[in-house]
Amino acid sequence: MLKEKDKIFKNLYGFEDWKLEGAKKRGIWSNTKELIKMGSEKIVEEIKNSQLRGRGGAGFPAGLKWSFMPKDSGKDHYLVVNADESEPGTCKDREIMRNDPHLLLEGCLVASFAMHAHTCYIYIRGEYYSESSNLQKAIDEAYANNLIGKNACGTGWDFDIYLHRGAGAYICGEETALLESLEGKKGQPRLKPPFPAGAGLYGCPTTVTNVETIAVSPTILRRGSKWFANLGSVNNTGTKIFSISGHVNNPCNVEEEMGIPLKELIEKHAGGVIGGWENLLAVIPGGASVPLLPKSICDTVRMDFDSLKEVQSGLGTAAVIVMNKSTDIVEAIARLSHFYKHESCGQCTPCREGTGWMYRMMEKMIHGNVEYKDIDKILDVTKQIEGHTICALGDAAAWPIQGLFRHFRPEIEKRIEERSRRVA
Amino acid sequence: MYHPGTNNKVYKKINDNFEWSSENFKKISKIIKKYPSNRIQSAVIPLLDLAQRQNNGWLSKNSMEKVAETLSMSYIRVLEVATFYSMFNLEPIGKNFVQICRTTPCWLRGSDKLSKVAQEVCKTNIGETSYDKIFTVVEVECLGACCNAPMVQINDDYYEDLDEESFKKILQDLKDNKSIKVGSQIGRKSSQPERKFDA
Repeated sequence: MLKEKDKIFKNLYGFEDWKLEGAKKRGIWSNTKELIKMGSEKIVEEIKNSQLRGRGGAGFPAGLKWSFMPKDSGKDHYLVVNADESEPGTCKDREIMRNDPHLLLEGCLVASFAMHAHTCYIYIRGEYYSESSNLQKAIDEAYANNLIGKNACGTGWDFDIYLHRGAGAYICGEETALLESLEGKKGQPRLKPPFPAGAGLYGCPTTVTNVETIAVSPTILRRGSKWFANLGSVNNTGTKIFSISGHVNNPCNVEEEMGIPLKELIEKHAGGVIGGWENLLAVIPGGASVPLLPKSICDTVRMDFDSLKEVQSGLGTAAVIVMNKSTDIVEAIARLSHFYKHESCGQCTPCREGTGWMYRMMEKMIHGNVEYKDIDKILDVTKQIEGHTICALGDAAAWPIQGLFRHFRPEIEKRIEERSRRVA
Repeated sequence: MYHPGTNNKVYKKINDNFEWSSENFKKISKIIKKYPSNRIQSAVIPLLDLAQRQNNGWLSKNSMEKVAETLSMSYIRVLEVATFYSMFNLEPIGKNFVQICRTTPCWLRGSDKLSKVAQEVCKTNIGETSYDKIFTVVEVECLGACCNAPMVQINDDYYEDLDEESFKKILQDLKDNKSIKVGSQIGRKSSQPERKFDA
């Protein structure tokens, strides 16, 4: 279990003051000038050594991503913080933004300096109204105290942060769709390459990063990459905020070490599954996009990128959705299919048509109103969507269904059989 | 699931001539400064949001034309954005815009019951506006407060950790124009593990 002193998010639950005064008491903004003085190369090096992996879902090494930014392109550089948190099950960035906004702002300054960016946009989802007003107040405070703005923190580095509210589109969490949206267009993903590090926002070098990744970076620099790398296991280092929702006694966000066993996470922090561990049916370990895991795997699996990949799932955003035996598992996945149908941007045909078809099929499967061969048909369709679209939304729509049939195929076959008996 | 933000029809208010209020006009010049001077098109989402707030929660054709004029964009580009994003309503809504989250994490904790309660108390169907124009009730996809499920967004505010009783009370209080408590309804500060039912 993670020790109190190793926690990065000291005000995750908002028990303390979130404003500048409270933030300073927690050590935020204390020696930012010294961090900046390390120089951009050293900062990137430290982040690389810490083996921090991006917290937005894909788990791409953060230091490597930062190092992709060109050194002297002659154009403006941008840092864009992805606060468009809308993956079902995930609510970690919300807590950071409303309860510890200065942690994020300090991270923005340090990361922007490392990437030679003078401007940072924070793209927050439109529904987070009170979160965005907290964040805006924090930005105003930071400007007033000369922590950002001209000659930020007395380092000679000019730096601006602007908050941009979105308007309710899940797809804008995809980095190139987010950039399109920030440019005032429909949020439809761009073809890659060119990658944002070469031509991103307004055609300039840009890095898009998740809130949590940015927010942990100043603490890593302060306490050293070694400290961070010692937490968790090789390649899966550090701490992570887990959002535990669904059928648990105490749904909560909690910061824990990477690689904590799933069972321990649920029992220690979330008060256990409703009805006891034996009443567990399945867990979606990383937000709606990853395949679910049945109880037999949940007994032993550890919560990190590589362990979950081994059991054909993924850590994603570490949003643990717990379902106990009272759940209609088919409807649970059908609801996710509805979500993807609703959020598909309509650009690529396999996703636009496929998500709707899959949802209608899943709706029928709830009542067993299909034939046996339809199971193979829907699996075949998921395979045709997966990997054949510009962005990963197609994959994300396909995986929960594949996961369902991988582990619960007999359940659906039973429903088909029951229905055919009823009808006949 | 019908939602005023997902239809593609544009309505025109009769005898309407949309002009920015002087307060919003000041806000606009502040918003536009956030973006490079040759990229003010970026401000289209914030401006549509302002226009929607000024226009009682929905965007008429005139208001979108005004946004286009303000940002020197063609109207079709603004319309394209307004139809793409679900937070822009293209038809009038009631005074209280009740959005019930229906995605799996909220559904697991009983969002279906909330839908039923809303339909009873507001006397309207999902996706429709009540006769007295006080409520518009819609079901929406994940609103990102899953550890406080089930939850509902009414206008700008989140109401979390709901059950049938507390949701019924909120809607009744809204009907009676009483003030209501925003956030968790069982006394949680945010999403900490312990739930205090007696607080």
